[in-house]
Amino acid sequence: MSSSVPAELKYTKEHEWVKREGALAVVGITDHAQHALGDIVFVELPKVGATVTCMKPFGTVESVKAASDLFSPLTGKVVEVNPALSKAPETVNQDCYGAGWMLKIQPSNEAEFNQLLDDKAYGALVNK
Amino acid sequence: MELIFEKSRKGAADPYFPKEDPAGTRKAADVLGKGALRTEPEDVNKRLALPELSELEVVRHVLGLCRRQVGIDSTFYPLGSCTMKYNPKINEAVSRMPQFAGMHPLQPDNTAQGTLQVLYELEAGLCHVTGMDAVTLNPMAGAHGEWTGILLIKAYHDSRGDGKRRKILVPTAAHGTNPASAAMCGYEVVAIPGTDDGLVDLKGLEAALGDDVAALMLTNPNTLGLFESDILKIQKMVHDAGGQLYYDGANLNAILGVARPGDMGFDVVHMNLHKTFSTPHGGGGPGAGPVGVKKHLAEFLPVPFVKKTGDTYAMSSDRPKSIGRVGAFYGNSNVYVRAYTYFRTYGKEGLPEVGKHAVLNAAYVLAKLQDTYTRPLKHPCMHEFILQPTKEMLAKGVRTLHIAKRLIDYGYHPPTIYFPLVVSEAMMIEPTETESKATLDKFVEAMKKIAKEALETPELVINAPHSAPVGKVDETKAAKDLDLRFCACE
Repeated sequence: MSSSVPAELKYTKEHEWVKREGALAVVGITDHAQHALGDIVFVELPKVGATVTCMKPFGTVESVKAASDLFSPLTGKVVEVNPALSKAPETVNQDCYGAGWMLKIQPSNEAEFNQLLDDKAYGALVNK
Repeated sequence: MELIFEKSRKGAADPYFPKEDPAGTRKAADVLGKGALRTEPEDVNKRLALPELSELEVVRHVLGLCRRQVGIDSTFYPLGSCTMKYNPKINEAVSRMPQFAGMHPLQPDNTAQGTLQVLYELEAGLCHVTGMDAVTLNPMAGAHGEWTGILLIKAYHDSRGDGKRRKILVPTAAHGTNPASAAMCGYEVVAIPGTDDGLVDLKGLEAALGDDVAALMLTNPNTLGLFESDILKIQKMVHDAGGQLYYDGANLNAILGVARPGDMGFDVVHMNLHKTFSTPHGGGGPGAGPVGVKKHLAEFLPVPFVKKTGDTYAMSSDRPKSIGRVGAFYGNSNVYVRAYTYFRTYGKEGLPEVGKHAVLNAAYVLAKLQDTYTRPLKHPCMHEFILQPTKEMLAKGVRTLHIAKRLIDYGYHPPTIYFPLVVSEAMMIEPTETESKATLDKFVEAMKKIAKEALETPELVINAPHSAPVGKVDETKAAKDLDLRFCACE
């Protein structure tokens, strides 16, 4: 089964996506990731104001199968976390690119954007 | 099945606690002192709301629960990575001898010579099978052993003024306790990738090694059930970089009596006695996670330890550079009596048969099933192996979870599933050495029937189990809304 990889997003090889929203970057996990994890039962996110570092863990996602680290695609400051996920973590399964978003980051290193994968490169990684 | 609380009938049994001294001669407050009395005015029986049943009803209830238990004594239990071998009943008989069962950890050494001798000789036996120079029996369980072992490595680096080593390397396929133990000791955990063949990626290891690395944690055979054939190269790379090599004893059963972590270059090893030495598993435990070390780490081992002078044994804490105590007393000694019994039952000649048959049994089942399911790793397996559903099964909507649940209908405990995480839809099967060929053949037959069902009647597999006391459970709800309480209060 092929995973959805929207063309307008950027990706990490650890299966997070990033979307530019003005000066901010929105972060979530990909369709491939949510499918591989199965039913998600818990999402642990950092507090607003926390600093996240490029390709270091910023939280965990737990499914009925396993708990996995979430990796930050960018370095920066967390300005918003998705409040819906603490009560309804299954939103990540239902709408991973929309209502299931996780963080909004104020990025501090513009150059890191260039290291992210585009839809073609990420699609090649997961839909081989 | 009704809970015992639901079966309760008011007045069926006498209250558990009398309200006052039955003879009526003394008041509780006079005996205990007023300060010791609870302030709640309620009747204690009402507050506890314990179930009330006759003795016969209790016996039937407990026997009913026993009948629903699944364990190695009732069925084949191929739970990969857990080594669910049969625990010989002689272990229980010996550990229940009053000379062991009646011991107290605080009684004088000269009244505990037998128990101390068992502990001392068990240490020697564990040294012998792991190739280490010294063993501590202090840790209470495997993860406690890991934590102790990592503290020993830290003490070693600190003693040499080598304080900049802040990282511990762990393969991506490792058991979750490895990174957890390293993190508990304050280390940064760095994941080492595996090759497509399922072994440690030497290039990835090379890139991660440096003067900031304290240790590499590894188990061999690894968590994919494969022997790390580059282990001597790996140990040289780690040691040349100034790091220590830690052996997770999770998979020791596969090499028991045949190969030794010490000879592979490992500096520290913890052993899960419940896996390899037939002591009780989990839950009912209690556990035991002895740690063995090479000479250069022995002075840091925790206290106390058993000291032998002439023919006399004594507990000692005379180890000045020790990391200190990691438990109140010297481990769970009655678990050690069981492990010791196992050792003495097999002896030097018998132990290698354990490792050999564990591997043979796994290789046999794999050979029988590799054409029915997908075999992701081509290397010969050791004591356990991984299968996946075939593409055709997945196309019918049958996933690993469903196959595992369907096995319950055939009377088996399911294998470990979705571990290791690096293999999608993994089923990890470990038959252990204590199963006969007849049992393995029946299991193979069941797995083949399920494979056929997955293609022909997938709904039957997807909705399993059909015969268990509890049907398909909502695992998402169980994880999210876990509620283990029962309230009998009105």
